Amino acid sequence: MTDELIVNKNGAPPPLEPLIYDLGAPGRTGAILPKPDVPEADLPADLLRDDLDLPEVSEMDVVRHFLRLSQFNYAIDKGFYPLGSCTMKYNPKLNEDMARLPGFALAHPLQDPSTVQGALALMYQLQEWLAAISGLEAVSLQPAAGAQGEFAGILMIRAYHLANGEAHRTKIIVPDSAHGTNPATTAMTGLEVVEIPSDDNGDVDLDKLREVCGEDVAGMMITVPNTLGVFERHIQDIVDIIHGCGGLMYMDGANMNAMLGIAKPGDLGFDVMHYNLHKTFSTPHGGGGPGSGPVAAGDKLLPFLPGPIVTIVDEGDEGEPPLYGLTMPEQSIGALKAFWGNFGMLIRAFTYISVNGADGLRAVTDHAVLNANYIRSKLQGTYPMPFERICGHEFVCEGHFKDAEGIHALDISKRLMDYGFHPPTNYFPLIVPEALLIEPTETETKEACDAFVEAMLAIAKEAKESPDVLHEAPHVTPVKRVDDVRAAKDLILCCRVIPDWDAEAAE
Amino acid sequence: MTYIPHTDADRKAMLEAIGVDSLDDLFDAVPADLRFPELDLPPGLSEMETAWELNGLASANVAANDFALFLGAGAYNHFIPSVVNHILLRGEFYTAYTPYQPELSQGTLQAIFEYQSMMCALTGMDVANASHYDGATSLAEAVIVANAHFRGKRSKIILSPGVNPQYRAVVRTYHQGNDLKFVGDKGSATVPDLVDMLDDDTAMLVVSYPNFFGQIDDLTGLAKSVHDAGALLCMVVDPIALGLFKSPGELGADIVVGEGQPLGIPLSFGGPYLGFFATREKFVRKIAGRIVGETVDADGRRAYVMTLRPREQDIRREKATSNICTNQGLMALAACVYMSVMGKHGLRRAAELCYHKAHYAAQQIDALEGYSVDMSQPFFKEFVVACPEPVAAINDVLLEHWGIIGGYDLSKDYPARENQMLLAVTEMNTKDEIDTLVEALRSAPDDIANHAHHHHHHS
Repeated sequence: MTDELIVNKNGAPPPLEPLIYDLGAPGRTGAILPKPDVPEADLPADLLRDDLDLPEVSEMDVVRHFLRLSQFNYAIDKGFYPLGSCTMKYNPKLNEDMARLPGFALAHPLQDPSTVQGALALMYQLQEWLAAISGLEAVSLQPAAGAQGEFAGILMIRAYHLANGEAHRTKIIVPDSAHGTNPATTAMTGLEVVEIPSDDNGDVDLDKLREVCGEDVAGMMITVPNTLGVFERHIQDIVDIIHGCGGLMYMDGANMNAMLGIAKPGDLGFDVMHYNLHKTFSTPHGGGGPGSGPVAAGDKLLPFLPGPIVTIVDEGDEGEPPLYGLTMPEQSIGALKAFWGNFGMLIRAFTYISVNGADGLRAVTDHAVLNANYIRSKLQGTYPMPFERICGHEFVCEGHFKDAEGIHALDISKRLMDYGFHPPTNYFPLIVPEALLIEPTETETKEACDAFVEAMLAIAKEAKESPDVLHEAPHVTPVKRVDDVRAAKDLILCCRVIPDWDAEAAE
Repeated sequence: MTYIPHTDADRKAMLEAIGVDSLDDLFDAVPADLRFPELDLPPGLSEMETAWELNGLASANVAANDFALFLGAGAYNHFIPSVVNHILLRGEFYTAYTPYQPELSQGTLQAIFEYQSMMCALTGMDVANASHYDGATSLAEAVIVANAHFRGKRSKIILSPGVNPQYRAVVRTYHQGNDLKFVGDKGSATVPDLVDMLDDDTAMLVVSYPNFFGQIDDLTGLAKSVHDAGALLCMVVDPIALGLFKSPGELGADIVVGEGQPLGIPLSFGGPYLGFFATREKFVRKIAGRIVGETVDADGRRAYVMTLRPREQDIRREKATSNICTNQGLMALAACVYMSVMGKHGLRRAAELCYHKAHYAAQQIDALEGYSVDMSQPFFKEFVVACPEPVAAINDVLLEHWGIIGGYDLSKDYPARENQMLLAVTEMNTKDEIDTLVEALRSAPDDIANHAHHHHHHS
């Protein structure tokens, strides 16, 4: 275990925790496996590998190692995690239990549909619920993450124009405030990104939008509320301009936690959108996945949904449940991954919607927006803000001060760690200098919001009075500020020595 | 209210601080005529009612907890030591996000670094990323790397028909917007046939190891042929098979991808799974996805951090190699814990158990009248059975009379393979289950005939 007094030969403090490879001993194993109960077959000697360089540890070694590693993490279960655009809300424990029910966890994806009616019924119901929330016609649960949902949506827009003989529509308009996935997605589909600026209020610049609209526009991607945390005041004008030139509207659903029961994307005129179940519907972020990014489509794009999707293949007689099956939409852009979606995440989202119901989901958004605006109102006057207006479920402020030269958003973020908080998203959106994007979510108490505000105000004071405390932060975390420049310069991506196969073959 | 902690007093005080009168007033920017629509959803349920409902749905499924499962074809019922799930349920792991702040994420970062190291060891490659969504999307990303490597100047990707049909479909979905041509997989091309297709327009050749039919193709000399044509060799692999067989690195692969689900991740009706991706060091700057590197902190203490970030979408935007953002973090952790606890000896033994049981099953089934198994090539845990009746009809009998979930009907993807069943046998299948399967197959033709006869009389 770590002991600050023990110092390595070169003067560096010892690692927090050894690598799993540095634990254990030759011959040790944690696996308790049976002997073969069938006659042993001859192994094809010339096809076998000589060595398998995996750890040699006991089960308890494994438990202690990973438990210690877990303790170096910050997490929602430990404290307030206001990471903007990520919706780090509480992940209910019921969800985890439901996803692990053997009838779900041990069902094989290629079983005959008649043997997995429970799983298909759940997926069908979730499709219907997500369609109802979106105000759109139908949903495919296949995309594995939000970025894949975006990819699906833009491929669908592309396929729609191709099917209409309009291959010349190659441009996707993206506001400069957009998530990086939007332009990256567009590039992956072979279409071209046209970036347009935001105005001083954080809204899309309508004049600039009209300038770029023409017969070559395939569509536009926009986040609602936008990534600056505000509802576009001219959303209907934007939709009309794009539809007016023959384009389609894509809604990035990353911020749906501000939209539940507030407005339906379909009503606003959107043609296609994606959800992030790991944001809005409480499925865990897992240290960076798995996510789930269902895509919803209106009537124009319905036939192009990725598939397969769950449909009712036989309504069934009265009193009998319908028979569900998997169906490929007729002009589908195709399958985005093997099988039918991140089913384990679908179970969790289904559970969450079941518990909340219509009123509960509306309350989720009400309180997410309440918490964000409350913190915003408390920080106003201390932290610069690009504009003063009611925000959605998150807001952006600037992590710099006129009278505290040399203080950056990064310093404030690192100092927040000393106060026991996870920092907000920093340096996004790119168009706000020293951006700090703060999203408290609805599951935090007023007391937690107050404590965070107090820490932010204290840090603002420190920034002017003792800036070095910020520059040197964090002080109380398992490691101090980490040298990412060195990591990129001297690449160490693997702790094992991999044989030089070319040299071995030459011998 | 569910999971929302606010009291009336909280709401009142907070609205006052904001300077609005009601929650509704927070949404004035939303067009008035579209604001606050009804949501057509049922009312919320209590926790226990929800659990009852979900239990009902789960028990409406037939699954491997009550049935013998011989279905594979890309998803497998392998043993998962209990420790894996217990680590995954640590809230410090599963309720954290992508480790953007390394000072608060050393647990996740070190675990990913260890995962990368184990995937390198397993595949014999120099670098592995932190994962993709699944095996199919890993292959799609490998094609992106090949395309980027040749800057779009080579337009042909040769796919073996032995690559999982779903993977080949997903690759085509991903690349419908560019000019790449996918060839080789429409017929029954062998590895030598694929080699004959190599030319100076070929960016990459993709084979599966074992192939979709469970066989280990003879790959001797393949890498040399591919490299002589200036192309890249990509191998789609089963990670359990690599517990036993030569690594793709030793066989000369440039990119190795595959489905990591067998490494400690439950079947879960198809997801979430784990796409692993490993390659040679010279390609590291072209690959997508998160990568964790070792470094030091301000005190010189060893630490880990996401590195080579300038490749990624949030920085490079439309010039990024891929739009991938989230990976399968928790699933990579599952694989990391699995490979740790199974270790050098356990993974080898699990692979041997698969091998022995699959060979026992294949021999018993091959001896049945009307059935035959192609054992001309070495195979691992799956094999193809030529059946006397359509696979769907046999599977109905297996399920209804014997409590067995049968194999995959190959005619779904390969029309020429009528009446061919792909069976998977893992360490989870006991000899009793295998013997029962053999008995069931023996009597299946008669059962089908009787069934038809029975139906005939009733119609």
